[in-house]
Amino acid sequence: MFDPAKNSCQLNNPWDSPRRGASTKFRPFGDFDGSYWGWEIDGEPYTHDGDTKWEWWRSRMLGGRTNHWGRISLRFGPKDFKRKSIDGLGDDWPIGYEDIKPYYDKIDRQLGVFGTNEGLENDPDGIFLPPPKPRLHELFIKKAGTSIGIPVIPSRLSILTKKINDERGQCFYCAQCGRSCKVYADFSSSSCLVIPAMKSGNVDLITNAMAREVVTNKEGLATGVSYVNKDDGQEYQVEGRTVILAASACESARLLLNSKSPRYPNGLANSSNVVGKYLHDSTGAGMGGIVPTLFDRKRYNEDGVGGMHVYTPWWLDNKKLDFPRGYHIEYGGGFGMPLYGFQWGIENLNGRYTVKGKQKQPGGYGASLKEDYRYFYGAHVGMAGRGEAIAREDSYCEIDPKVVDKFGIPVLRFHTTYTDYEIKQAKHMHETFTEILTAMGAIITWGHDDGPQNNWGLHDPGNIIHEAGTVRMGNDPKRAALNKWSQAHDCKNLFCVDGGPFVSQADKNITWTILALSMRTSEYIVDEMKRHNI
Amino acid sequence: MDRRKLIKLITTGTIAVPAVIAGCKEEEKKTEATKEPQFNLDRTKEELAYEKSLLAAGKFFTDHEMAMITVLADIIIPKDDVSGSASDAKVPEFIDFIVQDMPQYQTPMRGGLRWLDMACLKRYNKSFVDCSQQEKIEMVDDIAYPEIQYEEKGNKTKKGKVKPGMEAGVSFFSLMRNFTATGFYTSQIGIKDIGYIGIWAGLL
Repeated sequence: MFDPAKNSCQLNNPWDSPRRGASTKFRPFGDFDGSYWGWEIDGEPYTHDGDTKWEWWRSRMLGGRTNHWGRISLRFGPKDFKRKSIDGLGDDWPIGYEDIKPYYDKIDRQLGVFGTNEGLENDPDGIFLPPPKPRLHELFIKKAGTSIGIPVIPSRLSILTKKINDERGQCFYCAQCGRSCKVYADFSSSSCLVIPAMKSGNVDLITNAMAREVVTNKEGLATGVSYVNKDDGQEYQVEGRTVILAASACESARLLLNSKSPRYPNGLANSSNVVGKYLHDSTGAGMGGIVPTLFDRKRYNEDGVGGMHVYTPWWLDNKKLDFPRGYHIEYGGGFGMPLYGFQWGIENLNGRYTVKGKQKQPGGYGASLKEDYRYFYGAHVGMAGRGEAIAREDSYCEIDPKVVDKFGIPVLRFHTTYTDYEIKQAKHMHETFTEILTAMGAIITWGHDDGPQNNWGLHDPGNIIHEAGTVRMGNDPKRAALNKWSQAHDCKNLFCVDGGPFVSQADKNITWTILALSMRTSEYIVDEMKRHNI
Repeated sequence: MDRRKLIKLITTGTIAVPAVIAGCKEEEKKTEATKEPQFNLDRTKEELAYEKSLLAAGKFFTDHEMAMITVLADIIIPKDDVSGSASDAKVPEFIDFIVQDMPQYQTPMRGGLRWLDMACLKRYNKSFVDCSQQEKIEMVDDIAYPEIQYEEKGNKTKKGKVKPGMEAGVSFFSLMRNFTATGFYTSQIGIKDIGYIGIWAGLL
């Protein structure tokens, strides 16, 4: 069982890893990252239809991907639930901001998030802990952004800048949230939900289990889940009054599609035929550069929380743009911990910029080179857009009938594509990043070559790891798998509470909304049980 | 020393046996890992099996290659007023590990080292490590400065010039410099040098 308190590599130094923190296939985000496995897992393949692309990150551990995520915790705004009414694309949610607001408030209080109330219409205020101060590169970004009309405000991350209870510690600013936190000062479902729930004594936890299918009875109700125990290889089954899936949008869809029976020949909760469809990820593109005014900086502790202290919420009106929906901007830079890859390609710096007034030849060696490495450290900045893609019926995952994983479970085949909307959004990101970097006097060192030839640097779908939409909710059982309570239309004691139920995912990282929705569903389940409806 | 003996020295690290150059096979000296490796990092069982297989494989580079890597690494990052040298920070050992962890670098590194030895043989009739300090630096000066290209104010600009025939050596040396720098600045000595502080200062 993964417990950040015991298993995190949070406080390891670079040299504790023989590869100095470089990636392996076991840890694609680096040797210290808090994720077991990533894009590929031995014995658990997935396939693609034709030359379509989908990159699928899976963390096989208690708490899954929440152990290493960016902790960017943004509420959806009122418009984010009603996009079809605004631009005619996709569908409206069957709920609105007012339905979910009380649950955002509860999880803000229970789990903790820092930020500032800005009174923005579509980036709602919350119950925030104090945010950390912007650092030097972030002050430069803020100044540059503000000068060209791009807002830069404190970020909103679920990291405890103040103590909120006795079970969890306070952030001590090691900047390594991606490794998972030994004092539980950031939100992971392992440290903040499952482990506390275990202490209630009312939970039996089964780990290292690969779910095979949801089992149903003659009445069509869910009775449990069958699974393979990955330690002994034997087949088991757990039974329950309700079955709640939270396996990730794609794994939940896979599980439902694999749960076939005479009553549900098309897979469970799938009489609408939408399970697996409307799969979408955040759009993403980035750019970075080097800021000459930051050369040869004084050294000091510049670590903060894991990630950015400031960000840019979506600030424009789509009526004046050639694409629908928006994006937010995330920022990076400063004196980071040196890890594998650090100081790579010095020739592109010392051959181009003078070092202490001296023009050198690119590359080199010796004492002069050591001087160069010191001179350029801490002068880089980078930024990345994370935007809303349109969820489409023709962008989906399905069961590949020919391929099984090592447990004999049929695998997913992906058929996800982008349209002009997403490409134009990436082009807009490219133009915005160029403006911000230019305004701060930076020289762009990467991302400037993106253009029509590579969709303006738009990442392949799945790469941003915000999968959603595959088990979507809606009032019409013919067009949605779940009702507005995340309860299956076809099977009243079956629920799905991950990214699956999302009708659309805004330009907001989806975790905080997954949490709010699943708390809302939990209360609904308790009420329905009390009423003997399930 | 005659040329044939030199080549034998370069390829096998010994001159005891007369060499047949063509088809001469490299004897890799493998050092068996005798100790059970110690891990202070949390590893899954699949990762642990992989780490153990890497350590059990012993050294990738021959003693001769390691000697070259050590000389080169200390030319790139020598001891200065601020900090120690690359070999003080065990950079050669890091490079030997990393090429096993990332096999795509094995050929560029092994081939690059051999290219350098052959270039020294032609020029000085000696292997690289047997060259005088002055000869080593003369050779390194020919491969230490790659050509770079970038756009400035809309104009494509080039800096640096590589002597004809030195291109492969320049590619190798750039890779060697990258490995040396990344290995050095992620070591305890190197992190103190670069001045990364963080909350980690107390742990260094």
